[in-house]
Amino acid sequence: MKPTVVVLDYGLGNVRSIVNALNKVGANVLLSNDEAVIMQADACVLPGVGSFPHGMQKLQEHDLVGVLHAFKDTDKPLLGICLGMQLLMSEGEEFGKTDGLGFIQGRVVKLNVELSHEKLPHVGWSEIVRPDACDWEDTIFHSTNSKEVMYFVHSFVAEPLDSDNVLSKTQYSGSEFCSSVKQGNVYGCQFHPEKSAGPGLNILENFTQLAQRNN
Amino acid sequence: MARVRVIARLDVKNEYVIKGIHLEGLRKIGDPNEMARRYYESGIDEILFIDAVAAYYDRNSLSHIIEKACDDVFVPITVGGGIRTLADIQKALNAGADKVAINTQAVKDPGFISEASQVFGAQCIVASVVAKKQDHGWEAYTDNGREPSGKDVFAWVQELEGLGAGEILLTSVDQDGTKKGFDLELVQGVSARISIPVIVSGGAGNVKDVVDLSQAAHADAVALGSLLHYDLAGIRDVKDALADAGVRVRI
Repeated sequence: MKPTVVVLDYGLGNVRSIVNALNKVGANVLLSNDEAVIMQADACVLPGVGSFPHGMQKLQEHDLVGVLHAFKDTDKPLLGICLGMQLLMSEGEEFGKTDGLGFIQGRVVKLNVELSHEKLPHVGWSEIVRPDACDWEDTIFHSTNSKEVMYFVHSFVAEPLDSDNVLSKTQYSGSEFCSSVKQGNVYGCQFHPEKSAGPGLNILENFTQLAQRNN
Repeated sequence: MARVRVIARLDVKNEYVIKGIHLEGLRKIGDPNEMARRYYESGIDEILFIDAVAAYYDRNSLSHIIEKACDDVFVPITVGGGIRTLADIQKALNAGADKVAINTQAVKDPGFISEASQVFGAQCIVASVVAKKQDHGWEAYTDNGREPSGKDVFAWVQELEGLGAGEILLTSVDQDGTKKGFDLELVQGVSARISIPVIVSGGAGNVKDVVDLSQAAHADAVALGSLLHYDLAGIRDVKDALADAGVRVRI
């Protein structure tokens, strides 16, 4: 049986690519905002583009905040992508302070480009690097090479309080930011695995297999 | 410095990828989805689809091509041609595009760029500038290079940046399809005036043209048509040559 991965449909951005990418790597993909469908799925992807407050507002409008908390409590794999990763954090600072989902302690702040003349948003292909203290062995990055290049489009970044939550770092504009997070089975990628060619699909495949193991 | 992106440019007319010279005399090349998939598998960084005749019909007809491309192309996709309203942008994004390229409507109503940038984010809005050399400087053309706009390219790109465009797609009509190399002076002039990324299009006939561009001017991305369509060089050849010249690329 293919694992069922639900992609949260809450009216934010283009989800066609993530749906297709998950299909490609062997998931049975559902696009939904229905509580029963989400809770029955083996894994959940929280996509999203746009601003932090708008994202939280959309989740609230679709009554998905409580559902996401309940899903997380089942310990089934959950993956936030781009804004979806940022929403996993406890607080966002875009257009004033907004509470996030709080699955990972820390804030979402504007990418620091003061050290150079680099541009915002950060758009393009950049390396994700494994922190020295971090082991990717038992994560969805287990077959990813450190310094693999992924596709990014963002202006804000997550800053986990606990460095144990930092799964990878990326250099931009002379400073380093957290490009992916992990807390138990909750994952977040600031980059777009569904737009990062083979190495990105590989991460989604590992995520889908994690769902398989759990089902 | 971000990596220089190598983009495949597919100009589409009546379901076929076409290629002309100076954006005219269009010749059928192949199936857009088949070509996009092949370029994806060969390591392209992005795909750019342009509806070459949309300006005549006031609409972009590439939705189903984009939808199909998203089945097996997992790099960013930009769609241009005939984008006139916020609804057109939404439709392109729903079909699976990540960005839209806007030319004619930006000239008719510059406020459209700011509005689009506010609604969808600057990263989504590529201002397409089609430049033709004049006695003094370059003039921006609309309707896929057919109608003069009266706008000076250098002033126009600065205005577009101020309006909130996220990137500039800069096409030289004079060089397009000639395989004689890029208009380096044009690129130098544009990139010196703005700080948003510039995608350079029009003229590459061999790997050296791309390397020459990277050495002569600051191009954030290069959009290749003839070079790839006529198989004058492979994507990997282009990237290897850039890497050898000290330019960071995704390999």
